[in-house]
Amino acid sequence: MKRFLGFVKKEFLHIFRDYRTLFIIFGIPVAQILIFGFAISTDVKNAGVAFLDLSKDETTQKLTDKIISSGFFKRTENLVSYDEIEDIFRKGKTKEVIIFEKNFEKKLQNEGKASVSLIADGSEPNTATLVTNYTMAIISGFNTDISGIRANNPILIQPEVKMLYNPELKSQHMFVPGVITMILILICALMTSVTITREKEFGTMEVLLVSPLRPIQIILGKVVPYFLLSFINVILILVLSWLVFGLSVKGSIILLLAESMLYIMLSLSVGILISTIASSMQAAIFISLVGMMLPTILLSGFIYPIENMDDIYRYISYLLPPRYFITIIKSIMIKGTGFLYVWKETLVLLSMTVLFIGLSVKKFKVRLE
Amino acid sequence: MNNSVITVRNLVKKFGSFVANDNLNFEVYAGEIFGFLGANGAGKTTTIRILSGLSAPTSGEVIVAGINASKKPEEIKKQIGYMSQKFSLYEDLTVKENIMLYGGIYGMSKSLIKERTENLLEKLNFRDYGNKLIADLPLGLRQKLAFSIAVFHEPKIVFLDEPTGGVDPITRRQFWEMIYETASRGITVFVTTHYMDEAEYCDRISIMSEAKIVALDTPENLKKLYNAATVEDVFIKIARPN
Amino acid sequence: MEKVIESTDISKAFGSTKALNDIAFAVDESEIFGFIGPDGAGKTTLFRIIATLLLPDKGEMKVLGMDCIAGFKELRKNIGYMPGRFSLYQDLTVEENLNFYATVFGTTVKKNYDLISDIYSHIEPFKKRLAGKLSGGMKQKLALSCALIHKPKLLILDEPTTGVDAVSRSEFWAMLARLRQHDITIIVSTPYMDEAMRCDRVALIQNGSILTVAPPQKIRNGFSRKLFMIKASEKYKLIIALRKYPGTVTAYPFGDSVHVTFSDDSIDESLFRFLSKEGLSKVTAVETEAGIEDRFLELMEKGAKV
Repeated sequence: MKRFLGFVKKEFLHIFRDYRTLFIIFGIPVAQILIFGFAISTDVKNAGVAFLDLSKDETTQKLTDKIISSGFFKRTENLVSYDEIEDIFRKGKTKEVIIFEKNFEKKLQNEGKASVSLIADGSEPNTATLVTNYTMAIISGFNTDISGIRANNPILIQPEVKMLYNPELKSQHMFVPGVITMILILICALMTSVTITREKEFGTMEVLLVSPLRPIQIILGKVVPYFLLSFINVILILVLSWLVFGLSVKGSIILLLAESMLYIMLSLSVGILISTIASSMQAAIFISLVGMMLPTILLSGFIYPIENMDDIYRYISYLLPPRYFITIIKSIMIKGTGFLYVWKETLVLLSMTVLFIGLSVKKFKVRLE
Repeated sequence: MNNSVITVRNLVKKFGSFVANDNLNFEVYAGEIFGFLGANGAGKTTTIRILSGLSAPTSGEVIVAGINASKKPEEIKKQIGYMSQKFSLYEDLTVKENIMLYGGIYGMSKSLIKERTENLLEKLNFRDYGNKLIADLPLGLRQKLAFSIAVFHEPKIVFLDEPTGGVDPITRRQFWEMIYETASRGITVFVTTHYMDEAEYCDRISIMSEAKIVALDTPENLKKLYNAATVEDVFIKIARPN
Repeated sequence: MEKVIESTDISKAFGSTKALNDIAFAVDESEIFGFIGPDGAGKTTLFRIIATLLLPDKGEMKVLGMDCIAGFKELRKNIGYMPGRFSLYQDLTVEENLNFYATVFGTTVKKNYDLISDIYSHIEPFKKRLAGKLSGGMKQKLALSCALIHKPKLLILDEPTTGVDAVSRSEFWAMLARLRQHDITIIVSTPYMDEAMRCDRVALIQNGSILTVAPPQKIRNGFSRKLFMIKASEKYKLIIALRKYPGTVTAYPFGDSVHVTFSDDSIDESLFRFLSKEGLSKVTAVETEAGIEDRFLELMEKGAKV
């Protein structure tokens, strides 16, 4: 028994003297609770809603006000025609379009019923369902308010729900783009950071440094194979999702692949940057997986919409490359948008790539210390 | 002789079809310093692992400290001490913590540990180092401490696997004097080394080559037999590695 | 003749640990220059500075006529470096490793084959084997071939014989001697004192300082006292007894005997009587020539404390 206790004591000593283990044991759960508590919210908050009011009468005005003042929604635009709907969804800020039919009030008064169309962005099925449910609840409340005036003939505002882009609300539409985003950055960053630190650990890096190879040659030499393989990976995932889930790319495949190549390049350069900081393979794996996995899953908009997060977490998400790529990939794959709608995000990714590669080359030590 | 602490008869160890130890026969006597030499890959490590109860023989009889290694390998561990070059002490623990840990593992009482710790620190001139982390000690001191800890529980036999690699010549000699002193207390020392001059410090040595023992005698007798001036010359004559 | 390496006042510290203190030495063309000293002496740190992998904190180091800091790019083309642990790609074959280094240095295996053939021929039959599956001696030969493949002017070998069996070590030094014919200068570090005798000149290094630089024979001859080799029936008893004897200055075990120095550089009857009283029999005492290790021990005693 004594031996056992002696051994247990040693294990405690090891743990308390190794800050990395402590971080895993305490740091991660604490971070997770905080993030889950504040950033992740399955409630609807500030969901963008656009109105196409073909009637523009007092009732529609009241209903619109009620919806906006509920606190769940934020008005993005007032549309004028049906043609604008497709476009406004592409822009990405609007999650729902509410359409009031012509002569809304008159129909209510004369026929006792009028219809409202709710069109939601199906590329985020969870959000779409929530948003339409909230809207319908508000409309139902409104219904009760105005019915109360005419007890015999209840007035009915009938909401009609339609999902754009993903009519069946298939969740693959949500998770396949997210999975691609996450896998690419984790694997690329992990792979490049490990291969470089491995050379450091095995001592072969010393000999490479002393050779005529220049740092940029070493870096690119490390990057090229993973670049090609990751690219094949993307194609593999797309083909698989098409075969198994029937998920096809709505927009231009060429654009999608081009954006993927940019993102892969970015992820690889993140790995290189990590390798200039990490002194051992273990450290590299730790930083790549633990340091990057959690923020990517939780804060990039992969599962939990960014709009629902508190400000501070939203600001953090601006720093994360995956956030931009998820937007791009969803736009192209599910909404079928063209470059014009994703040029902003593309620009951000491009500048990040240039920045990281530049930093890596600068930090890459020509000597051992 | 019946004061053998290690008896090996017809020991064979195979890994699949590869024969690592091919019919080994030898005995080690109490209080002896026994040198176990051989080129890399000759099969030394395999044998040591079997003798220290870490691995089971494929066939043959191996008796260590009166215990049959095939039947009760766990029992052997209580009777022996072990120190290797690759690992000896926990770097992120202090000197005293390491001593306490190993004392506890070998089932020594707290008072016994305390008493022997005092003696150990005194002997090694480590008085001020008690609370230093191993990582902060120079290599020579670490090796001496590791050895002292390996024999802390006064085992019957202590196995030393290349204990003096890379250490400066003065410390190496001090280390061997510690080995001598230990052997004079009746503890058998079974040591492997690449330093041929250290082979000369042993009472008897055996040389392994390609899974077999090709020589077993005192260094003096071997030098006479092979007409060599040093053990190194004997080694070069008979232990050519492939 | 211009020196291949010229170093003055080189110092290097890592945090609070001083790795090198005012190191000064020079290496001539085509010589085999050895650095002998235990672990922690500073050999690897010094070699990394020469190989342009580390910057010294102070001092000047000229290699092949170029400053090791400013001229590092040019230097790297003319140096062959073999670090400790051999730094081979374990998951590539013998052949693949050699081809890689040849390509990186802008040459081919064929071009300089005659330079390495002596060495490579030992492992050529295994050229399709993964480097990780080679024995210590074979790895050593492969690493040496890779370091030589671009015909460097200076070969830097950091502990190439550590962890390798005695036979391979011996062969290795024979190969180094033959390399001299190709006008390559070689610096080697090793913890094995006996290998010092195989060098043209040797620097004994301990705790970051050079104790002495000279041809090995001269170092041996520098031993300040007469050295005696004493044997008896029981080694350990003998050492303890000798240390008790009032006339003894130093007594060190050396293989099957004890190397002793006395304050009056002589032995007489009183020693034998003393030893026999201590219970020792079959005592023999003979004067002997000091070896490098004896001198090293003497210098260590005088110089830096262990």
